[in-house]
Amino acid sequence: MSSYQLDLLSNLGINILLALSVYCPMATGQLSIGNAGFMAIGAYVSAILTVHLHLALFPSLIIGGITAGIIGVIVGFPALRLKGIFLAMATLGFGEIVRNFFMNFLTPLTGGAYGFRGIGSIPISISWIWGWVAFFLLFFFFLSRSRVGLAMMAAHDDETVSELIGIHIVLLKVSAFGVGAFIAGVAGGLYAHYYLYIEPEFFNVWESIHMVLYVIMGGMLTFWGGVLGAGIFTLLPEFLRFLLDWRGAFFGIAIIGLMIARPSGLITREMLRVSFWTPYRKGVKL
Amino acid sequence: MKKPPLLSLNRVSKTFGGLVAVNDLNLEVSQGYIFGLIGPNGAGKTTVFNLITGVYPCAHGSIRLEDSELTILKPYRIARLGISRTFQTIRLFPNMTTWEHVLIGQNFLSRPRLGGILPLQRAEEFTLREQAQEALKVLGLWEMKERRAVTLPYGSQRKVEIARALAARPKLLLLDEPTAGMNAREKEDVLNALAKIHDFGVTILVIEHDMRVVMGLCDHIFVLNFGQKIAEGTPSEIRKNEEVLEAYLGQEE
Amino acid sequence: MFIQQLINGIMLGSTYSLIAIAFTLLMGILNMLNFAIGEVFMLGAIFGLTFIHLGLSFHLALPLAMICTGASCLVIERFSFRPLRNAPPLVPLLSTIGFSILFQNITVNLWGSERSQFPPWMEPINISVGPVLFSLTQGVILALSILLMIALDLFIQRTRIGRGMRAVAESLETASILGVDFNRIILMTFFVSGSLAGAAGILFGLSFSIVSPFMGMEPGIKGIAAMIVGGMGNVRGAIVGGMFIGIIEVLSVGYLGSAARDFAVYGLLFLALLLRPQGILGVIQPEKERI
Repeated sequence: MSSYQLDLLSNLGINILLALSVYCPMATGQLSIGNAGFMAIGAYVSAILTVHLHLALFPSLIIGGITAGIIGVIVGFPALRLKGIFLAMATLGFGEIVRNFFMNFLTPLTGGAYGFRGIGSIPISISWIWGWVAFFLLFFFFLSRSRVGLAMMAAHDDETVSELIGIHIVLLKVSAFGVGAFIAGVAGGLYAHYYLYIEPEFFNVWESIHMVLYVIMGGMLTFWGGVLGAGIFTLLPEFLRFLLDWRGAFFGIAIIGLMIARPSGLITREMLRVSFWTPYRKGVKL
Repeated sequence: MKKPPLLSLNRVSKTFGGLVAVNDLNLEVSQGYIFGLIGPNGAGKTTVFNLITGVYPCAHGSIRLEDSELTILKPYRIARLGISRTFQTIRLFPNMTTWEHVLIGQNFLSRPRLGGILPLQRAEEFTLREQAQEALKVLGLWEMKERRAVTLPYGSQRKVEIARALAARPKLLLLDEPTAGMNAREKEDVLNALAKIHDFGVTILVIEHDMRVVMGLCDHIFVLNFGQKIAEGTPSEIRKNEEVLEAYLGQEE
Repeated sequence: MFIQQLINGIMLGSTYSLIAIAFTLLMGILNMLNFAIGEVFMLGAIFGLTFIHLGLSFHLALPLAMICTGASCLVIERFSFRPLRNAPPLVPLLSTIGFSILFQNITVNLWGSERSQFPPWMEPINISVGPVLFSLTQGVILALSILLMIALDLFIQRTRIGRGMRAVAESLETASILGVDFNRIILMTFFVSGSLAGAAGILFGLSFSIVSPFMGMEPGIKGIAAMIVGGMGNVRGAIVGGMFIGIIEVLSVGYLGSAARDFAVYGLLFLALLLRPQGILGVIQPEKERI
């Protein structure tokens, strides 16, 4: 496999992770356009750990992810009070604040605006990325069939009624936000250790918007939607090479058209009827 | 010896801006009976439900369920203490099947390890599902369990709402106009179901406009007007009550 | 020194105010966030410069560019609003993100991605009023911005169409009962929104000597922030919000260094959303849950 194809596959893996990181809070009705910020946190923290503290990759990724996750939980609490566009703008603001932070602070460690070079000497193998993809896909698979997944569906559809039937909305929403942040953080760490170079400019608003587009276009109501969306956005440009510089226009038109034709995205909940895990006893299933 | 009440409202008041919705209300609901809450439109009946379940914060007065003070609790806590409700306009989850509605209704009853993501504790889950099955069968919804709830006929949708509320095994069931918009046969259906539910020992407080339903179903009735209790008693007492008749005649039906 | 910073802040702020008004008009009347306004802003500068290169004078190029950007907003109406009237608000927003990508890509391909600038407009005369120093160009630009804002405010308050816009903002139902032709109002709103954004782009390009396909991205986001900070759906709120953000931005750079600039602006947005989401001039819309 050529190195170009390897890069493409790693991008696909990372984009799938990023899509999942946006899907998680969105499944509880929270639109976050700031996940590039969590990605940045994961990237920088894990890079600092491996480069300056010579920590092994796996613990660095985990710590990077957890740092992002904790900040996600902290942001998740005030986020509860905001709905719709207000929440979107707050998360956007958050993402920009994080980007600015890494541009101006910790610069002796990270190179600031000039970028963080030499994150390791050889890129990590692509199986690191896809290993994590497999893990999170499995995670969401089990989640969607569990009672927690059912609760998320309820919270997404009708928050007030959900609270009145005993669902702990605060716990659900904040956790979803934190888990999403964790996934973005891990994706960031993987990105940093594959490309061996990061700079704050990479983690800008448009990155956040792209992640959201993967989920919206692919289908917002199931985790496979984000996977499909990431796949389309990463791989389709390869098949559209003939469009050269006009690929952006193509995607713009595609988005406009899709919103008119099929606003819920390509994959709907109906298509993938979730079958909840059913327990068996004495051969009887309920 | 008088049994302590299951639910008691003490000097409860609620104002919205300048409008007084509920005024110094006192109510006692004892365990095991069916209570009716009636009154003209705008009397404050749904507001009372919203105050009990925590949808509206209650700044004046006290609402107690057995020993617990409800006015300081968040709605999900109140639900977990054992109060479930249905709504005036049906509020089902648009994407869930009937079966899923009952499952979600009993969600908080399961205490899974690891948040229930891994399919552990099969025995406990199995028991819960048996109970869910029971709730559906009592209400005659078993055949429709795989259908998306919002596609069911109107009467069945109301029953799904009741099933969802029942699945939580509540001590107190609040029903907001459960037979609204139904024809006679559907109403009878629901009433039979409610009688069966009552046999299980669930205390019911029901808001209703159909007088025959109220008189036939309830053991004790509260009458509200302009946010105040103007009368209470057995159906036969209420039927003869002057003030009640006046309150209703003053209303254009 | 402080007064100078303040004046610079007001100059920057006036541009943000115009963009914020463009956003808030659509927000107030149609409850829709048109993400592409940032790119329409950019198109204003691009069209303006193109017309000047084609030989038109400033006095013709600028209004013509405004008409073009107004028209481009009508295109957005046709595809992002009209067919999506009944969709949840997220859908038109995403559609306008699509337009944003489209406009930027078309401009990069047809115009090129290099930065450019307007030729000098006026004599490079500097004026000093007390401790404050500014160029004639800046002064005229500020005056034009303020003029546009006043014109818009009068338009909304005094003209029939303006009243129609306010009626539709209050309640679509009532407006139609009163015989307001709200289709016309909607088209008018999009057009006005687009031309204001275009005007802001030209004035910004003149002020800060920059014309490029990427110039709309940051001002677009700051325009949204200004709209929120000042109070959504409220033209005066947009003006106040824009000024506020412009002043904060300049003051933070002046006193805390350039690193603090975005922190200050986005930090302000964050705080505003947390503490006073309805904005400075906004009113809390009680979310009446019908149970």
